[in-house]
Amino acid sequence: MLHVLDLMASFWLGQLNLKALPPNPIQWFGASLIILVPIMAAVLLTVTKRWRWLYREWITTQDPKKIGVMYILVAFGMLLRGGADVALIKTQQALSVGASNGILSASHFQQIVTAHGTIMIFFVAMGLMFGIINLILPLQIGSRDVAFPFLNATSFWLFFFGMVLVNVSLVLGDFAATGWLAYPPLSELRYSPSVGVDYWIWSLQIAGVGSLLAAINFIVTILKMRVKGMNFMKMPMFVWSVLGSMLLVAFAFPILTATLTLLALDRTLGMHFFTSGAGGNMMMYVNLIWAWGHPEVYILILPAFGVFSEVVATFSKKRLFGYTSMVWAIGAIVLLSFIVWLHHFFTMGAGSDVNAFFGIMTMVIAIPTGVKLFNWLFTMYRGRIKLDSPMLWFIGFVVIFTIGGMAGVLMAVPPIDFQLHNSLFLVAHFHMMIVGGVVFADFAAITYWFPKIFGFKLNETLGRWAFWLWLVGFLTSFIPLYILGFMGATRRLDHYSASLGWQQLFIVSGIGAALIGAGVGVQLLQFAYSIYKRKDNLDKTGDPWDGRSLEWSLPSPVPFYNFARLPEVTSRDAFWEAKKIHFKDNRKYEDIEIPKNTPLAFLIALMAFLFAFSVVWHIWWVATMALLAIIVGLIIRSMDEQTDYVLAAQEVEKLDKSHLKGARA
Amino acid sequence: MSEAVSELKVTNKLIAKYDKDTKTIFGFWVYLMTDCVLFASLFAVFAVLRHNTYGGPTAQGLFNLNYVMIETMALLTSSFTAGLALLSAQRKRVKHTLFWFGVTFTLGLTFLILELSEFSRFVAQGDSWRRSGFLSSYFTLVGTHGLHIAIGLLWMLIMMAFILKRGLNDTTLKRIRMLSLFWHFLDVVWIFIFTIVYLFGVLGV
Amino acid sequence: MLRTKRRWVVLLALLLVLMASVIYLSSVNIPVLEPKGIIADKEFRLLVTVVLIMSVVALPVFGLLAYIVWKYNEKNQIRKKYSPDWESNKYIEGTWWAIPTILIVILSIITWNATYALNPYNPIPSKNKTLVVQVVALDWKWLFIYPSLRVASINKLMMPVNTPVHFYLTADAPMNSFWIPQLSGQIYAMPGMQTQLYILANQSGEYNGWSANISGIGFAGMMFKADVVSASQFRAWASTTLLRAPALTIARYNNLIKPSTYVASAFYANPAPNIFNLTIDKYMMPNYHGAVQ
Repeated sequence: MLHVLDLMASFWLGQLNLKALPPNPIQWFGASLIILVPIMAAVLLTVTKRWRWLYREWITTQDPKKIGVMYILVAFGMLLRGGADVALIKTQQALSVGASNGILSASHFQQIVTAHGTIMIFFVAMGLMFGIINLILPLQIGSRDVAFPFLNATSFWLFFFGMVLVNVSLVLGDFAATGWLAYPPLSELRYSPSVGVDYWIWSLQIAGVGSLLAAINFIVTILKMRVKGMNFMKMPMFVWSVLGSMLLVAFAFPILTATLTLLALDRTLGMHFFTSGAGGNMMMYVNLIWAWGHPEVYILILPAFGVFSEVVATFSKKRLFGYTSMVWAIGAIVLLSFIVWLHHFFTMGAGSDVNAFFGIMTMVIAIPTGVKLFNWLFTMYRGRIKLDSPMLWFIGFVVIFTIGGMAGVLMAVPPIDFQLHNSLFLVAHFHMMIVGGVVFADFAAITYWFPKIFGFKLNETLGRWAFWLWLVGFLTSFIPLYILGFMGATRRLDHYSASLGWQQLFIVSGIGAALIGAGVGVQLLQFAYSIYKRKDNLDKTGDPWDGRSLEWSLPSPVPFYNFARLPEVTSRDAFWEAKKIHFKDNRKYEDIEIPKNTPLAFLIALMAFLFAFSVVWHIWWVATMALLAIIVGLIIRSMDEQTDYVLAAQEVEKLDKSHLKGARA
Repeated sequence: MSEAVSELKVTNKLIAKYDKDTKTIFGFWVYLMTDCVLFASLFAVFAVLRHNTYGGPTAQGLFNLNYVMIETMALLTSSFTAGLALLSAQRKRVKHTLFWFGVTFTLGLTFLILELSEFSRFVAQGDSWRRSGFLSSYFTLVGTHGLHIAIGLLWMLIMMAFILKRGLNDTTLKRIRMLSLFWHFLDVVWIFIFTIVYLFGVLGV
Repeated sequence: MLRTKRRWVVLLALLLVLMASVIYLSSVNIPVLEPKGIIADKEFRLLVTVVLIMSVVALPVFGLLAYIVWKYNEKNQIRKKYSPDWESNKYIEGTWWAIPTILIVILSIITWNATYALNPYNPIPSKNKTLVVQVVALDWKWLFIYPSLRVASINKLMMPVNTPVHFYLTADAPMNSFWIPQLSGQIYAMPGMQTQLYILANQSGEYNGWSANISGIGFAGMMFKADVVSASQFRAWASTTLLRAPALTIARYNNLIKPSTYVASAFYANPAPNIFNLTIDKYMMPNYHGAVQ
């Protein structure tokens, strides 16, 4: 009888059972937080009667501006989650010395380290990047939409549910304890028999497919939807950098999809791609994952470069210096980023020729990057620099990125890398590139474009406080890690002996992390306070910074159709030039086609989530149903040939005039 | 006057529609490119693992070139008939289109059944994907192609239903164009599979 | 007035931090910067060279940044040019394509030569005879086998000073990385495969060694001591161990394979022949029936 019950349970629930619940108090706390957040959100929505609003305005929306806002909200939420991970990591490393074992078990610590890396890259850095692209890119190219709005919504919801899946692992089961790239054979079933690695695989898989679809969307948007007159060499630099980044996504993410699938096949179907033994090859995984992983770094950094190109030109009131050089530099970076991946494992025993080749190629990337740096400096030269907070983030970026970049060149020399590989020196290096480079740029972008989307500026005083806390905290946190690296401290250590003399530096680093935490706190306060006091900071002109590109020609907040009348572009800094000649638009209004709202994108992504979750737990009947539901969803979507509605010309005119009036008032 | 305006509006709409269609088809090309990278990764993996037989069967011992030739012929012919279907669709000949898609579907299904029965034969004789790295990569590479074929077949069925119900309107025609691109793409991938997996395998290159 | 005062406070604080750091750093051991082996020494010298070359570009960047931000700040009252439409200059741009390129060419030549010179598989010439040590990374401890001396050890690496040691490495565990920072750079130890590394320690002493690649829950405990002693002390250790230590039989080895964390060091005599090769074969040979499990 019991046997029959077991069979039934394993059919209905797969491997899911009560043992999946968290085993210790810290994990219980995390799990309850993860459960509490959505419950609180639900209560709030019910009390304020906003469910319908949520459905109409957000869940079913096809508007890239709203989707962009959602990306950034999710990313900030995950910044807090990843930050909580940091708090645990730093506490553990400050305490777990000699006889003390700190506050976490080894396995729990390793899960947190893995989750921190995964979340920060995939759901914070990528989320902020895609959010900003969604918000700004269509506006900058003078377009009313992206090429495929439905696909865009699907991309977002896949990203969203990838994020949900990572967090579900806090409540049911565990997460990978393998480091954020899950090298086999550690990540194989033999050494990691729990569901942790499966959670890792499938959350990245659905978020990754979302990114891939988004890239296709933005490539077509940039190549096919630029406004009349905007040829390639007249595109704003941000658009160029996004084009470079999205081409990289299109070439690199399929490799990730394939690699994750192969690891999943190893784990679920007993294949032998990366197993030790039976003809598997673990070194192949390392090659494949970095063939994606290295371009991924440039996927993140290129749009950041683009943001700074916009910010520096605007706040120096001067044209971007060396536009053509900048374009060539982006091209060079795109190409080179595919032939450097081996520098992540010089220590795997490859021959001198191979190591030397990849080392030199890595250094060559420093050339276009250096050129960009000099061009920014010369954009400021003979300009009129206004040191508003986006500009502060830029200066912080130059300092940190240069230090981090030098550390990068050091590690590009194979024999030096033998001494620094997998040490905290490396950890300090890539945090300097990704936080100092990407995240700082994203913060600059949010401050810079915030009024465009919401109609009021963020509070500048709090913005400055946030910047200084971040900068000082960041240097305090990561300079010690360089030294610890020289001391031989390797990454992902949950314990070390007291005689090594590392503890002081770990504590200093922890204090730095706390300062960063305070910086994030101030940022949240900045948002809250700026919303509360929004009347003081309203942007009535639509052009609060004396901007240069097309988005500043629109009223703030941008109306849902973006451009009432499409502009024509004759020069690079289109709006800047138009302002000079007091351009007056006398053209007629025309009908605008706007995509209708639909819940299908959300539902398809939800089904993808169900599929992923049930594959993690081997609940095959749900997986099958979810897959069928996705197919049915796609068929339903394809049956609808009227996906747009028409906003009549008169209506557009009326709306536009009322916006203009609002601006004058 | 108003006639001229409305005519202008219609023309504008047509241009907008045309832009949208080229956009979609261009987007589909970009998608195919990403799919190319996916297959390239799987080919690379196969190239690394093809000699890792770990005591299991080698390619030479496993594959029957004649059998694969039949599969190949079925797929190549289906690519040709898919082309004919597209030509008929562009000339708005509903029945011709349906007929050629019917033939394409049958050939595609034949291919898929042949492939699956080959797979089940291998599994039955104990040479499943669990046996060795070589077999894992073989089943995955060829299976991924097969999965694409299955998706293509489903898509073809849906398109046939659309043609029956709605005739060859612009949207359907656009989708048929993409379907046919997809089908030719799978054909090209198969030629690589045939050469690298089967031919090189049997020749022992 | 207030601004200048604040500037001095910040400067003073920075100075204090700098001094505290210098005092602290001079009091602690920084293995990578204090090499005791000839390979680590060459790697350290290379590191210093590259840092110096890079400062040629990096320092001017910082200087230029500070100067430009100061001079062209809107609030700065000094007379300065404003050229809002100045957007390119062939020569200036050419210069900064050229400067990093020259620098990278120099670094590339250095890299190319150094990579060949410091290939971990290169034998180290010496008048002393090279000692062979086989290393097996286990869950979660290091096993060192000295086939010529018929001794073995766990988590303790005995080495004679000024003698080249030739390591062969594999793993019966997930991927690990073998690293003794004061003696040389690291190399991976992977199951089913063999990597190599040459080390020559030129000062006696006890140095720390690690696994630098995460390998499961006991990973942090894969720390070992590399004890570099004089040739006579080393010979004495080997002969005592051979006489007194328990034998590393296959059964005992199969017991060692089982996962265990924070393992104390131990010595063994007469390791069963072929443990190292059987450990590789186990993963590479189909139908493996060897004695090592």
